[in-house]
Amino acid sequence: MMELFEMMLTTGLWASVIRIATPLIFATLGELICERAGVLNLGIEGIMTIGAMAGWIWVYQGGDLWGGIVFAAIVGMIFGFLHSLLVVYLGVSQHVSGIGITLLASSISYYAYTLLIPFSTTPPKIVPFSVFEIPILSSIPVIGQALFHQSALTYLSYILVGVTFFVLHKMPIGLTIRMAGENPVANEAQGINVLLIRTGAVMAGSALMAIGGAFLTMSAFDAFYFGMINGRGWICVALVIFASWKPGKAFLGAILFALFEALQIRAQLIGADVIPYQIFSMMPYFLSILAMMLVARKATYPKALLIPFRQGDRI
Amino acid sequence: MKKLQFSEICKSFGSVVANDNISLSLDEGEILSLLGENGAGKTTLMNILFGHYVSDKGFIEVEGKKLAPGSTRASLDAGIGMVHQHFTLADNLTVLENIILGTEPLTRFWSQKKQAYIKLQELSERFGLLINPDARIADLTVGEKQRVEIIKALYRDASILILDEPTAVLTPQESEHLFKVLKGMVKAGLSIMFISHKLNEILEISDRIVVLRHGKLVGEVATKNASKESLAEMMVGRKVTRPAYEKLKKGKAVVELNDVSLNAKEGSTSLSNINLTIHEKEIIGLAGVAGNGQAGLASILQGLASPSSGELKLFGERLNKYGPSYLTESGVARIPEDRTNEGVIGEMEIWENFLGEELRSKSKSGFFIDKKQAVSSAEKLIKEYDIRCEGPHASTRLLSGGNIQKLILARSLSNNPRFIIANKPARGLDEGAISFVQQQIVNAKTKGAGVLLISEDLDEIFELSDRIAVIFDGKIQGPFDSNKVNINQVGLMMSGEMKQNSIYEN
Repeated sequence: MMELFEMMLTTGLWASVIRIATPLIFATLGELICERAGVLNLGIEGIMTIGAMAGWIWVYQGGDLWGGIVFAAIVGMIFGFLHSLLVVYLGVSQHVSGIGITLLASSISYYAYTLLIPFSTTPPKIVPFSVFEIPILSSIPVIGQALFHQSALTYLSYILVGVTFFVLHKMPIGLTIRMAGENPVANEAQGINVLLIRTGAVMAGSALMAIGGAFLTMSAFDAFYFGMINGRGWICVALVIFASWKPGKAFLGAILFALFEALQIRAQLIGADVIPYQIFSMMPYFLSILAMMLVARKATYPKALLIPFRQGDRI
Repeated sequence: MKKLQFSEICKSFGSVVANDNISLSLDEGEILSLLGENGAGKTTLMNILFGHYVSDKGFIEVEGKKLAPGSTRASLDAGIGMVHQHFTLADNLTVLENIILGTEPLTRFWSQKKQAYIKLQELSERFGLLINPDARIADLTVGEKQRVEIIKALYRDASILILDEPTAVLTPQESEHLFKVLKGMVKAGLSIMFISHKLNEILEISDRIVVLRHGKLVGEVATKNASKESLAEMMVGRKVTRPAYEKLKKGKAVVELNDVSLNAKEGSTSLSNINLTIHEKEIIGLAGVAGNGQAGLASILQGLASPSSGELKLFGERLNKYGPSYLTESGVARIPEDRTNEGVIGEMEIWENFLGEELRSKSKSGFFIDKKQAVSSAEKLIKEYDIRCEGPHASTRLLSGGNIQKLILARSLSNNPRFIIANKPARGLDEGAISFVQQQIVNAKTKGAGVLLISEDLDEIFELSDRIAVIFDGKIQGPFDSNKVNINQVGLMMSGEMKQNSIYEN
């Protein structure tokens, strides 16, 4: 127990917490924006995969790092648009379409990767985003080095938490997005095009998901692997509920999950002789389920989530 | 110049003509009532006005300027505000957020809530519509939600206000307040169009009345020349007779509720210590605003829920066994609130729906359905209750609301029940069907049944009931003899503002 407590105070642990959390922050914010507009986007897992692939390939082919991020975001938006086409305009079940998007986007990623990259036993690597320190802030004890000795993408994720909050809660456009998820008829009664608002939100959210995926290949692992998203997208769907659709809480939720994850990696090293390591890898998910049971029971869903809206559907 | 002018509006959906050459106008500073039954074309006309539909022919002018068809924005910009029957509000957002939605350009960087706040305060004081701008919509009462809808229209500087069945959800006192507010608005220069099928209100509030029937404009009268009877006749197209009230000597108790409580699931109201006795040959009217425990009480009496505590006696015997089939077999007839979902199975044929409640007693050797017999008895009931359909094999889904209700009545009343639980039996029906349904209930009473009539329509309650009870927040007051209370007192009890002992001890 003491050991665990001491570990909690090390900068090394928190630095890895932030690294694990960054892609989750991007993708959770993305999912949050979609759901605030009333659209569940289960394409998240696939969109993260294709974002990871697209960003990486851009750099591997000689493009610049930020160009790779923009490329990943655009690819994400294309799949977001495909999802909106199906669920917003055609009113297809959001679950079915989302899972379809995930399967399609992941398969395309692997296919493109095998086509473009010659087979080798060690996947080729790129030069990732470099770490840079933010002066002053990084000298705060323990968390200073963890929070502010990271790559630019991580800083971008912090900023996006604030931006998402500002857009959703302070700007007129955010009010219409939230209204699209609560009572789209109210939007229509004010002459606002619900379908357009929903499509825009899904595309913007999907771009963030793709950037979350790109973080993995462009800042964390430097290479693209098969199955590298490994359920992170699904975790983000749960995190949105955990966060009650609030950006600040989504940030905290991502950090919490990342803490479980970082702790279990360390626990594996310590206790692997006694307990099979699979038990430890299971822990974050187990703890997330527990956390969900405590928090999410009282969650108030956006009222129009999952409900297709058809123009002229009358009141 | 007319404030608002509809000219020769025509609109059909397939072969159904919803609006047939309708021309009408709204003058400045008047309250015009639009009267008509369900399906008369009122809603279609309003949807055309708001650009949700485009009319096949005809046009609309606001202050002499033609209104662009098919554009909600254009109608709002022309100064038309609409208070929908089903509120277009978001429960999880605040009053202020609901009101400013769409009033700011979407490209604006920072929502200017402070100014909105001030304007909102001003409006609510000026028109006597008090509301807390920071409250969540979910925490408001129905009356307050409507206030938000009205302020929403005023906030957009509407000079024409359209209210679609605004009193359907209000208590009599709330309605009264609304009328006062509306009259104040007219004085301030607004023009109001009031859509309703409640004759009393229309006579009270409006300056002029136009009547729609089957998509056609069939009459226009100044309110001072109109009477309830003449309006009803215009609306329905023939004379409407309401069942006559007759007091009978009441018999034995059929249902006794002693200290019955029900811990309700989330989202509905719990019942606490209900005491109520219903006798043979009497109708007890249960008045109350929806959501005050009627659903819980009805589900207990239909056998769908068992009380958490207390005693329920049915026909003099303590009831230990619940379950709808047991209750139906012992002589309880049910007219459920949600007739299309709870009352019938739409995908099944009419004869199958007749059979639904007596599957066991009408089957051969308890195993096979005697289809021949079932179909022929369905045929008989269809004739007897005048259910308009193609025959016993027609799909139930295709029936109109009134005919579905007749089917339910035929099914439950033909077995001469001893107790009838009628939950809003006339809601949403047109005048003709209402008088039929009410007559059937009165006939059942004459034959000896006890009836619990749950309704939000106080006119209906007062016309039919021998005694009246009021439900508020899961508690019952009364019952009182119906000639010893008035509509005003019942209204106050419905909103929890009056306690029964101030009337008389029962």
